[in-house]
Amino acid sequence: MTGRPMITDVKNTWCPGCGNFSIQHTLKNVLADIEKDGQSLDNVVLVSGIGCHAKIADYLNINSFYSLHGRTIPVATGIKLANPDLTVICCSGDGDSYAEGLDHLLFAAKRNIDITVIVHNNRVYGLTTGQYTPTSPRGFKGKSTPAGTREDPFNPLELMLAGGATYVARGYSKKMDLLRTLIREGIGHRGFAFIDVLQICATFFPATDYYSPRVYDLSGHDRSDFNSACIKAREWDYNGDAPIALGTFYQKSSPVFEEKMSARNKGAMEREQAIRDLLKTRT
Amino acid sequence: MNEVSVLIGGKAGDGINSAGAMAAQLLNHLGYRIYLYFDYPSLIRGGHNFAIVRGRETATGTCGMKADFILALDQETVERHKDAGKTDTAVIFNTDVVKASGQGIPVREILAAEQAPGIMGNSAVIGGFAKAAGIPWKTVEAVFSSHIPKGTEQNLRVARRAYDMLETVHPIPPCDNPPVPLLTGNEAIGLGMVNGGLEAYVSYPMTPSSGTLHFLAEEQENLGITVVHPENEIAVILMALGFASAGKRAAVGTSGGGFCLMTEGLSLAGMAELPVVIFMSQRTGPSTGLPTYTGQADLLFVQHAGQGEFPRLIVAPGSTEEALYWSEAAMHIAWEFQIPAFILSDKTLSEGTYSTDLSLIPVIPQGDPVVWDKTAPYRRYADMPSGISPLAFPGTGGAVVKVNSYAHDESGITTEEADLVTQMTRKRLRKEEGLRQAMNRYPQVTVSGNPSAPVALLCWGSTAGVCEEVAGPLGLRVVRPVVLSPFPAEPLKKVLEGAGTVIAVEENATAQLATLAGQHGITCRKKILRYDGRPFTPEYLREKIREVLS
Repeated sequence: MTGRPMITDVKNTWCPGCGNFSIQHTLKNVLADIEKDGQSLDNVVLVSGIGCHAKIADYLNINSFYSLHGRTIPVATGIKLANPDLTVICCSGDGDSYAEGLDHLLFAAKRNIDITVIVHNNRVYGLTTGQYTPTSPRGFKGKSTPAGTREDPFNPLELMLAGGATYVARGYSKKMDLLRTLIREGIGHRGFAFIDVLQICATFFPATDYYSPRVYDLSGHDRSDFNSACIKAREWDYNGDAPIALGTFYQKSSPVFEEKMSARNKGAMEREQAIRDLLKTRT
Repeated sequence: MNEVSVLIGGKAGDGINSAGAMAAQLLNHLGYRIYLYFDYPSLIRGGHNFAIVRGRETATGTCGMKADFILALDQETVERHKDAGKTDTAVIFNTDVVKASGQGIPVREILAAEQAPGIMGNSAVIGGFAKAAGIPWKTVEAVFSSHIPKGTEQNLRVARRAYDMLETVHPIPPCDNPPVPLLTGNEAIGLGMVNGGLEAYVSYPMTPSSGTLHFLAEEQENLGITVVHPENEIAVILMALGFASAGKRAAVGTSGGGFCLMTEGLSLAGMAELPVVIFMSQRTGPSTGLPTYTGQADLLFVQHAGQGEFPRLIVAPGSTEEALYWSEAAMHIAWEFQIPAFILSDKTLSEGTYSTDLSLIPVIPQGDPVVWDKTAPYRRYADMPSGISPLAFPGTGGAVVKVNSYAHDESGITTEEADLVTQMTRKRLRKEEGLRQAMNRYPQVTVSGNPSAPVALLCWGSTAGVCEEVAGPLGLRVVRPVVLSPFPAEPLKKVLEGAGTVIAVEENATAQLATLAGQHGITCRKKILRYDGRPFTPEYLREKIREVLS
C-alpha cells in the first residue's frame, strides 16, 4: 500500500504540548523517507507498550501490536524471529522498558535482535497520573512518593552499553531534526538499536527549562569507541546538574540474533519423513 | 495375561533412566507393551533414583510397586525397595557396591577385561538381566545395535560377559505384538505439535515440562522449527504471541509456577485473538512444591487463569497416543478459532515412557484457519457471524494489521465505547459456541471397562492407565473427559447414564474435576484422592476402591 495517509482518524488525546507529538511526527517523517527509498510500509510493524506513548499504535496508520505494559520487546522479538524481513520498531515508555520490562530490554541488547527501541522517556508515569519512574530524579514528588523519592534514578545508556546494545543514542523531543536522524539510523542499523528520547510531559514533568540549556550535540564523538561512549554516557546521570549529550554514543556491527535462530523451513513431506526416521530410533 | 515388572535403582548420576530405557526396549522387542516410571529427587547427584519398567501384553500406563526383577546398582536399592520383592523376585546386583542375595555381576572386573570405560557398566547389568529373564541373545544384539549407536560392539562384549555368568531364573515369555516406538509423554506432545504445523517452540526450563524443550531443541534442525529459550516465562508467552501475530504457529511449555507468570500473556491472547498452544505439565504444588513429582492440582487454575472472559481449549491426554493426537489437534483448533489452547499434562505422562502404537491414532477432523480474502479495507477484528475474523499478517500487501490488548473496534483501534465493547465481547464469546460445536467432531470423552456398570470411575489425564487397568477385572466403568474446556457436559452425562455411583479419582486434594462436573449437574458420590506426589498404583487404587465401596 503506497501513498497511504500516515495518520489514522482516531481522536488524539495527548495533552497540548506533549512531547509525544514530536516523536510521532518524527517517526511519521522517517517512515515517509523509508517509503521514498523504495521500502513498502506493509513490511513495517510498530509494537507499543502501555502508557501515554503507546497511543501512537492507534494514531499511526501502519501495522501495529498494542501490547502490554513492559512487554513491547518480547513481542517484537517474536515478530522479528517469525519474519526477519519485517522492520520492527518498538515505541516504549520509561515505565515500560525501565521498570516493568527491564529484563526484556537487557536481553534484547544481549541478543542483538534487529529491532529498534524508542523509549519515550518522560521520566514520569503520565497515564496513571503522575508517579515516579526509574529515571525520575531523586526527590521527585509523585503521587506514590509525596515526600519525594528516596532512590536514585538509573542511567539507561550505561545499562544498554553494559548489556551489549550495538546502537545506543539519546534524543530530545525538542530537537526534532536530530531525532529524525537518530531514528533513521536506528532503523537502518543491523542489530539492536536503542534510542532514549528525553520527552516533555506537559502535565506532570514539564522539564523544558531544565533540558534546553543543558543539551548539546555529540558531533565529533567517535561512536565506535566503547570506552569513550561510556564516559559520555556517564557525563549526566539523570539526576545532577551536568551537560546532556544528544546523538549517537555507540555503534558497532555484530551478527544478529534472528540470523542465528531462524530455522530452515521444511516441507510437510520432509518433516513427515524426519518424524518417521525419529520414531524408528525409538523402536 | 503376561506381564512383568523390572525395578532398577541406584544413585543419581548412575544412568538409571538410560538403563531403564534399555530394559524397556528389551521387553518391547519381546512383544510387551511398556510403561516406564522414573522416580528421582530434585538434585543432580547423590540421591536415590529408580525406574520401574512395566511390560504387559496389552497397553499399560501405570506400574505397581512389586517387581519381578530388581536390578541394584547401589546398596540403598536393596534396602529401600525391600517391599517391592515377591517370593520369586530375581535380584541382580553389582557386586562392587552391593551385598545381597541373588545373582551378582562383578562389573569392575568385566569392564577391566574388556578395557571398557565406566560408563559401560550398565551394559553388564542389562546383559545379566537379559540372561536372568531368558531373553534370547539375538534380541539383546538387536536392541543394543539400534539403541547404542556408539561403541555398540564393546557394549555388547561387556553385556555378553554378564550374560554368560548368570543363570536364567525367571524366564519372561514372549508376546505376539510387534515392537512399537517408545516415547515419553513430553516427546509425544512435541511431535504432536510438530504434526500440527508447529514452527516455533518457546520455553523456559521447568520440570516436568523441560523434556519437550530438550527434545525439540535437539531435533530442531531435523524438524525445521525454531526453538527459543528466553529470559523468563513472561517473555516466553509474549514472544509466542509475537510469532502468532506474524503468522507463525508457536507453542510454549511450562509447569505451574512458570504458567503463573504467563497469565497476563494468556489474557492478551484472549483479547487480541492470537492463537497459541500452551503445554502445561503439572507437578506437586503449591509453589515450588515437589518439583520432580506428579499432581493434578492445576485444572481449575488453567481453566480460570487470566483476567476477563474469553474462550479457551483445554485437553488432557492420558497416553502418548492421545498426546500425539491432541497436541496436533490443539494446534489446529487454536488457529481455527484464534484462541489459546492448553495441553494439560503431568509428571506421570510427561516423563513416563509409553509404548506408542501409531495405528491406534484416529484421523483428526481438522478445521482450517480463516484467511483474509483481500477485500479492502482489512479489519483484524471483523465481526463475522462465527466470531472468527479473517487472518492477515504484517507484510501482506494492502492490509494494515492492528493487534490490540485494549478493548478495540473491528479495525483494532482502542475503544471505550459501551456498545462497541459489548459487541466485541459477544463476538469473542461466539467463538466458544462454535468451538463447542466443533468439539463434537472429536473423541472428547472416553469410556472403558464395563460401559454399563453401575459404578463408574471418573478420572482425567494420566490416571487413565491405572483406572482402566484396575476397573477392568472389577467390572467397573471408567469415564474420562479428555477435553476439559469447553466442558463436554452432555457427552459426559450420556456415558454416565445408569451409573448410580460415580467415584472421582484424582491426584489432588480437592477433587477438581468433580467440582467442575458438579457445576454441570454431575455428582460424584465418592472421591479417591492422592496428593503425595506419587502416581496411583494399581494396588493402591484397588484398595481404595474397595474401601469406598464397602
